Amino acid sequence: MAWFRRERSPLPAHEQESRVPEGLYVKCDSCKEILYRKAVLDNLSVCPKCAFHFRISARLRLELLCDGAWEELDRGLVSADPLAFSDTKAYSDRLRDGKRKTGSLDALVSAVGTLGGIPTVIAAMEYGFIGGSMGVVVGEKVARAVERSASERMPLLVVSCSGGARMMEGTLSLMQMAKISAALARLDAARIPFISLLTDPTTGGVTASFAMLGDVNIAEPGALIGFAGPRVIEQTIRQKLPEGFQRSEFLLQHGMLDMVVDRRELKKTIVRCLHTLLD
Amino acid sequence: MPEDYEAPLLELEKKIDELASQPAAPAVEAEISRLRGELSEKRRQVFASLTPWQKTQVARHPGRPYTLDYVNALFTEFTELHGDRRFAEDPALVCGFAFYKERPVAVLGHQKGRDTKQKIYRNFGMPKPEGYRKALRVMKLAEKFSRPVITFVDTPGAYPGLDAEERGQAEAIAYNLREMAALRVPIIVNVTGEGGSGGALAIAVGDRVNMLEHAVYSVISPEGCASILWRDAGRAPEAADAMKITASDLAALGLVDEIVPEPAGGAQTDPEALFRTLDAVIDAQLRELTAVPPESLPGARHDKFRRMGRLGTEFLETT
Repeated sequence: MAWFRRERSPLPAHEQESRVPEGLYVKCDSCKEILYRKAVLDNLSVCPKCAFHFRISARLRLELLCDGAWEELDRGLVSADPLAFSDTKAYSDRLRDGKRKTGSLDALVSAVGTLGGIPTVIAAMEYGFIGGSMGVVVGEKVARAVERSASERMPLLVVSCSGGARMMEGTLSLMQMAKISAALARLDAARIPFISLLTDPTTGGVTASFAMLGDVNIAEPGALIGFAGPRVIEQTIRQKLPEGFQRSEFLLQHGMLDMVVDRRELKKTIVRCLHTLLD
Repeated sequence: MPEDYEAPLLELEKKIDELASQPAAPAVEAEISRLRGELSEKRRQVFASLTPWQKTQVARHPGRPYTLDYVNALFTEFTELHGDRRFAEDPALVCGFAFYKERPVAVLGHQKGRDTKQKIYRNFGMPKPEGYRKALRVMKLAEKFSRPVITFVDTPGAYPGLDAEERGQAEAIAYNLREMAALRVPIIVNVTGEGGSGGALAIAVGDRVNMLEHAVYSVISPEGCASILWRDAGRAPEAADAMKITASDLAALGLVDEIVPEPAGGAQTDPEALFRTLDAVIDAQLRELTAVPPESLPGARHDKFRRMGRLGTEFLETT
């Protein structure tokens, strides 16, 4: 028996980056300030010194936005690993790891809750689950959320946080973009408000489908938002990208977003938007 | 550069050429004819059992017909329209109106170039946002004037460049997906070569989706997938296999409606034969789709894509 045992397996690199790390004190990824962890959490996981927004889980997101309890939708949907995919690791193992890490069966939590008293369908993506990638389960859950929003005439809020379509489900993942967009076409015709909230990061097929289709598109500050990832673009044009490229503020300047809103002002702002759009 | 699957065929062709250069004699003639038979049998065999990675190479073959070749072969009076009315003209995606067997239609598709100059002019068939916005403008015109839309898909992907990002590549694609889903005219999609991810899908939300036998359609290129998952672009053949990107795989998953057979050796060996086959497919589908009331099309198209990712097959519902 080993004398020393690691209590938890270390988080993968992309996870370590932005989630508020464990421990009494944490170091801000942006200003490098050493912060009392509780002070960060009490500040909605925003750095009290420089306002850097730490990445948060889907469930914490719902907690921050909803007035109280919410009713989770389609909690039991799980991928059947339709391609029996395996790379350096079997996809079925990745799904199992994702579940262990996040407590969810896939990369999105959808719910009905109230925001400032307004009954709303809310879906939030979970980056900790295979990079928030979209396969058939995410596609199905978003499509069902859209349909619920239409049938009960409740506004829809989708919080994106994703690297894009999920390679391990191949072209099925790609088709979720069309499936969700077709559902959104109906919501559009039914004149139900859809607010898209883009958080760090929102790229690939998620940006190129529902994340950019909000009646109102809102982003958190400093979020990476784009179609192609920065590395791919650098390889294509063979030059370094300018500072701030593909960040929320850049997209606002280029007309792709309605507003960039600090997490601490987010709920108030979304509620105000809903008031201006609802009967 | 010859691809690996071509090696045995090239060897036979070389033998035939060598014999043909010899002085004519009955024995030589007989041998040549025997080898020709062997070559065509071999070609049939090779092309009937291409791996997904080999199909990717066939799909990218520079001799394959491109959109304007289909337009010339299957349509008359093609009238190209240009520009998105917002920013620019994009030669990587060609759009216009034409006649298909005396019936007025809108036709559009990705356009690649054959020589270096044309490749650069067409940006290797990778549209920028203005290309997608032009395509939607023409599709909306088609709706306004009740013209069915026929599209040809053949792109490595939407252009991943700085300017494309600045002008909202993601928004342009997303908007096309939503608006195509609601278009009140028939849409027939033909994936003829590379179906490169969102850049392909942005003109591929159709009532019928056809795919050429050796075309591929994927969420990311095999090289891209391999470099992310295996951290080695050289493992693209494995990625091509794992992602299930061929016409037969996609038809089995219910993502593609009809596989269009190619002549042995691929579309480039006998484009005329391919045009005839594809022509019959499009003609039949157009008859079906123009027979239904146009207002019922968006509903049926929605339902078709809504079924992609089926309960019990691709995902399960647990308690």
